[in-house]
Amino acid sequence: MSAVLVVEGLTVDYVTGAEPVRACDDVSFELRRGEILGVAGESGSGKSTLITALTRLQRPPAVTTAGRIEFHGTDLVALGPDDLRKLRWTSLAIVLQSAMDALNPVMRVGAQFVDVLRAHDKTLSRKDAWTRAAELLGMVGISADRVRSYPHELSGGMRQRASIALALACGPELVVMDEPTTAVDVVMQRQILAQVLRLRRELGFAVVFVTHDLSLLLELADRIAIMYGGRIVEIGTAESLYGKPRHPYTRGLRDSFPPLRSPLRKLNGIPGSPPDLRNPPPGCPFHPRCADRFDGCDEQRPELLTIEDHAVACRLYPSGEDQS
Amino acid sequence: MRLAFLARRLGFYLAAAAAAIGLNFLLPRLMPGDPSSAIVEELERVSGQQVPAETLMSIRAIFGNPHANLAQQFADYLRQLSHGDLGVSVVNFPVPVADLVWQALPWTLLLVGTTTITAFAIGTLLGVVAGWKAGSRFDAILTPFTTFLSSVPYFWVALLALWIFGFVLGWTPLSGGYDADLPQGFSFAYAVSVLHHGVLPAATIVFSAFGGWLLGMRNMTVTTVREDYVLLAQAKGLSPKRVMFRYAARNAMLPSFTGFAMALGGVVGGALLTEIVFSYPGIGYLLYESLQKRDYPMMQGVFLLITLAVLLANLVADLAYVLLDPRIRANR
Repeated sequence: MSAVLVVEGLTVDYVTGAEPVRACDDVSFELRRGEILGVAGESGSGKSTLITALTRLQRPPAVTTAGRIEFHGTDLVALGPDDLRKLRWTSLAIVLQSAMDALNPVMRVGAQFVDVLRAHDKTLSRKDAWTRAAELLGMVGISADRVRSYPHELSGGMRQRASIALALACGPELVVMDEPTTAVDVVMQRQILAQVLRLRRELGFAVVFVTHDLSLLLELADRIAIMYGGRIVEIGTAESLYGKPRHPYTRGLRDSFPPLRSPLRKLNGIPGSPPDLRNPPPGCPFHPRCADRFDGCDEQRPELLTIEDHAVACRLYPSGEDQS
Repeated sequence: MRLAFLARRLGFYLAAAAAAIGLNFLLPRLMPGDPSSAIVEELERVSGQQVPAETLMSIRAIFGNPHANLAQQFADYLRQLSHGDLGVSVVNFPVPVADLVWQALPWTLLLVGTTTITAFAIGTLLGVVAGWKAGSRFDAILTPFTTFLSSVPYFWVALLALWIFGFVLGWTPLSGGYDADLPQGFSFAYAVSVLHHGVLPAATIVFSAFGGWLLGMRNMTVTTVREDYVLLAQAKGLSPKRVMFRYAARNAMLPSFTGFAMALGGVVGGALLTEIVFSYPGIGYLLYESLQKRDYPMMQGVFLLITLAVLLANLVADLAYVLLDPRIRANR
């Protein structure tokens, strides 16, 4: 299958003070048509920076200093604002973390569909746009009469589902989701995930789904990328990542969440705290917290190397060979 | 539910208006002196002899008897008020206060009303642009300059403008609201003279007032621009103009709007300093004169008018806010 999105060497710096802070460092991955890529990491791992960089929504002081984001062969980094605007929502949509904050409080929910529908389809009449908005809400199980509600009149779960419906309004090929289930309860979380999977099956869009919750990604994602200190440290299919995590950080992350479908076991957290990106540790950024570190981990930074269906950046796997 | 809300608000403002009328009656009576005594004293001072009893009677009949029962005075006051009778001016005896107020009101509404709206429109628009691109050259020059303007005392600006444009250059008249040689009415020449007299006072008000709106709006826009819904609007690929006005400015304007409604209420009070500096025939000048000459009925009438106008503006602001912010509707 052809790649919808090819990200190569994406590097984002926050230019404040004398030294720029590198929040995304040489990030590369591919996304195929209709694929769900999960991106997991702790706070400060660079996942939110990655989202605003991918969608070209970053604001100063964040600056993309290197790399390419190729969307069907078009480099989004090099694209001018007008061309970018035409691409937005019709090809590339986003669902933000908190739907309460993401919807304009003084506009009816339907009006927020209508303006984007009509911005990208000049031939669409106002009346047809409102009908279309009601249909889109129906797609996520919100009754059509809610189209005239204001955001504060909907429940938290409804708002979040409305945001997802909004993202799909112009039939994008890629939807970037920034922890869209963090603000809702577990029951609603499952309902939303099921809906995302169903809609993906029906409409065939690809998803980059960013979260700190690895167990959730195991249910949802086809492939998962683990971010640490602004870099991807491991990327692979959901099964191989869960069944056979290579990177000590991935293992730690997996073991710190209760499994969704198997009996409870003892949970282990990862000792220490995420690296300070203003002053990153030399060598592998994870080495100060790593139980498996050995001589040289504090000097050489490991590159992302492929092992079978899986890529990992760790010196335990020096030449892309599995260690065991 | 919306009707209940309306009734509750109306009830509140009616109670406030009643209290204002009561205070307006009571306050001058708590002050030392009263119009009747002031006139009697003046007469005695000028003529050098005691005022005859019948003159005293007629003065008290017109201006009120300070020794009458307070409840009786209040009843008389309310009865007069219900006929739109605000009493008789002492200084411009025997012109009724109501006539003088009605004469001055259009001038004030014309001058202060239009300038308040203009200053709000200019300030708000520039504030949105400055806040939208906070830190841009436009913002970096305009915002400190406006802060400077806002801190210059108004009377000084007005006097300086009058001196330069009225006296040195002679472009504008030095005082008044119209050319006294022309007959008042809807003639072209008269309208031109009104504009000619009004342009300088109007310009000084706008010049001094737009800065406050600009700074408030700029700061609110800076915060609003960081909201997720503005980010999402950009992600939707809407035109920058639509994102700026429909998403950012629309929300940032809500606090400014309250201030604007209050300012509109204050319009009726006139721009006291402006009308004094330019001798403009509005309510502010009327109040200034009545204060100087201790024209109690006049003061009372003007105060009542100002109070009621502020209350009315507040009521309108309350109701309009409900239309502007749907979240308020839900809580009521």
